[in-house]
Amino acid sequence: MRGFIQTFIVGLLLALCAGPVLAVDPLERLKDPVLEARAREISAGLRCLVCQNQSIDDSDASLAKDLRLLVRQQLQKGESNEQVIDYVVARYGEFVLLKPRLHLNTILLWLAPIVLVIGGILLASRVMRRPQPESPARPLTPEEQAELQSVLSSAPEKSGSK
Amino acid sequence: MIVELGHFALILALFVSLIQFGAPMIGLRTRDARLMAMADAAAPMLFALIAGSFLALIWAHVASDFSVTNVYENSHSAKPLIYKISGVWGNHEGSMLLWVLILSLFGAAVWLFGANLPLDLRSAVLAIQGAISATFVLFIIATSNPFARIAQPPIEGQGLNPILQDPALAIHPPLLYTGYVGFSMAFSFAIAALLLGRIDSAWARWVRPWTLAAWIFLTVGIAVGSWWAYYTLGWGGWWFWDPVENASLMPWLTGTALLHSAIVMEKRDSLKAWTILLAILTFSFSLLGTFLVRSGVLTSVHSFASDPARGVFILVIVSTFTAGGVGLFAWRSSALSGSTAFSIISRESSLVLNNLLLTVSCGIVLVGTLYPMALEALTGDKISVGAPFFNSTVVWIFMPLLLAVPFGLFLAWKRGNLGEAAKRLSVAAIIAVIAGGTAIAFGAGGKQGLAITLGAWVLAGSVWEVLWRARFLSAPLSETVRRIASMRRGQFGATLGHIGLAVTVIGIAGASAWNVERLAVMKIGDTIDLGDYQLTFKKVYEQAGPNYAEFAGDFDLKSGAREIGTITTSKRKYDAPPQVTTAAGISSRPMGDVYVVLGNEEKGAFSIRAYYHPFVRWIWGGALIMFLGGLVSLLDRRLRVGLPQRAAKAPFPSAPAPAE
Repeated sequence: MRGFIQTFIVGLLLALCAGPVLAVDPLERLKDPVLEARAREISAGLRCLVCQNQSIDDSDASLAKDLRLLVRQQLQKGESNEQVIDYVVARYGEFVLLKPRLHLNTILLWLAPIVLVIGGILLASRVMRRPQPESPARPLTPEEQAELQSVLSSAPEKSGSK
Repeated sequence: MIVELGHFALILALFVSLIQFGAPMIGLRTRDARLMAMADAAAPMLFALIAGSFLALIWAHVASDFSVTNVYENSHSAKPLIYKISGVWGNHEGSMLLWVLILSLFGAAVWLFGANLPLDLRSAVLAIQGAISATFVLFIIATSNPFARIAQPPIEGQGLNPILQDPALAIHPPLLYTGYVGFSMAFSFAIAALLLGRIDSAWARWVRPWTLAAWIFLTVGIAVGSWWAYYTLGWGGWWFWDPVENASLMPWLTGTALLHSAIVMEKRDSLKAWTILLAILTFSFSLLGTFLVRSGVLTSVHSFASDPARGVFILVIVSTFTAGGVGLFAWRSSALSGSTAFSIISRESSLVLNNLLLTVSCGIVLVGTLYPMALEALTGDKISVGAPFFNSTVVWIFMPLLLAVPFGLFLAWKRGNLGEAAKRLSVAAIIAVIAGGTAIAFGAGGKQGLAITLGAWVLAGSVWEVLWRARFLSAPLSETVRRIASMRRGQFGATLGHIGLAVTVIGIAGASAWNVERLAVMKIGDTIDLGDYQLTFKKVYEQAGPNYAEFAGDFDLKSGAREIGTITTSKRKYDAPPQVTTAAGISSRPMGDVYVVLGNEEKGAFSIRAYYHPFVRWIWGGALIMFLGGLVSLLDRRLRVGLPQRAAKAPFPSAPAPAE
């Protein structure tokens, strides 16, 4: 499927306009290994704005390179990781964060896993608790059931879709 | 002429699929067996027409007939033959034609292998398949006609996107589509069952092979896509939680749940309504995936296929089938209450837990994928939901799932004994703890260590189940061998499936735990260390490919004094369309891959990125094992041999049922 393939193309499509710049060029790196490690950590959580769900750490796009340099500049100024991220968000918006922060507009997103787990457990426990002690009477066969249904509802149309 | 014949065959296919839908539907209502049987005639005819149409399109591509818009836009005369053929489905129109081709192939397969199905069920299934075919063929003819001509034919085509010029294009889309579209069978069976009001364990047995076939193709299709990304993207990532990937993951998750709940339905006549709903939802997710990918709703970089007319059309198709299916379910499912009770500690319950966790993960993927679009549509706020979100949610849902797998294998139907199961699993637990402890001792992180522990737990538990059922150690060895030899293939299939899962999990955890990355600026002759390996930059050179010029670099790979071989990585410059791609150099070693990418040059020195990706092959190897497991299961006599009689009593494995 071409669409699926698009995923893989995304980064490379951008290489079109950017030329084959590699993600995290060795020349970009900071001298201080601790600062560099922090830069990589921050980069992994920042979205390459023109890519499909790729972090700037992975992307070949020139914009991603600019952002990587920006992150490193800020780190060199002695800012903390949070300050750097805030700085980038202030400039590019929440869109740049691959892991959205908990805000009013993302509360449903973050509640979803909890709601789904609880809802699922409730549903499953209903399935399991539904007491079905083997009834002595033989249950109706589906045919009989359908017939009964149609008699009961005395539908105007002729005997269901059977 | 051939192109027009293909076009004509496609239009005929629309009418044949309408007959395949309409005739048996009327036949079912009027109890007219002849009308019902018309579906049997229509299904192979539909397949022949669409196959003919597809062949015509292949012919147009192979012959480089640039008077056909689709060929002009996506092909080039200098393209190697394999990409002329695979390029047929490397574009929107052709890929939709492949979609309906596979759909009609499944219909023809029902006609071919479905002789054991009662006539009314078979014709109802084929009718639903016909309805799906009709809408998609209409979609192709109305909005995405691959046979449209250009009045003034150009001399040369625009060429295929170079990233698609890869052998993986030949197999990835057909595999993935077989999976996607294969779930239409589960859907059609579910709708047919609801229409006929007859849902029993025999139904579960009929629907299982189709679901299993779809599932194994989807599994291996996703794996091939992931592998393709790995060697194409230039740094070794293999999964991005991209909406397009998520679109294929969602039907896989519900499809996996469906396979398991159908077992409960087949063996215990329970979870009927749920199984039917899952069958409907799984195909709905396949359709949703088609919508997400084909409608252009993901736009941004996706410059292809963003024609709003198409998007709306597919949205209507998706909503019609989903709403229709779920609506019919709501209307008719009240008659489907399960008939057998089971205790909270039982194999049924463990499979309910399996379904719960799989569907919850699917739900999270769904919310995470659609949330940014919905939020933007409603409020205009733009946010991203990327890998960190899914890694911190879905991954944690999978951990208890893995923990539960071996318990499920060792619990008896109806009423199991957890303590007894745990005691029997002590061997597996010891192995798991040793594996996890070793991983952490070698520097794996907590989460990775946990995942490796659970992977080893599933692996050991699955293998141990077979041995235990064969009375390994508690009976003479000859008895064990005899028992293993007489086990059902379905048993081995399930075991292989779980082993495959475990292997993939260990691969994922291992690849992220011991990944080594080196970024270096190297001159010819320089050597860098990469874990236990040394890479020496030997030379750079230019060479010509069939339709590109390549700038390549060679590296010698050594481990200590041992010479291993040469790794070649290159940058390829294509002419049509003009584009540069990176070909990573990969050397597969027993424990992992050495992965090298050549970067830009500056004053005789090159930016080199080198990685060691340990265990990464396990990720796809596990998927391959799951595929083989499914295949083995499909060969199980019970599924293969026609079973026209109702399965009054599902045969238990020949091995002893777990004692209580």
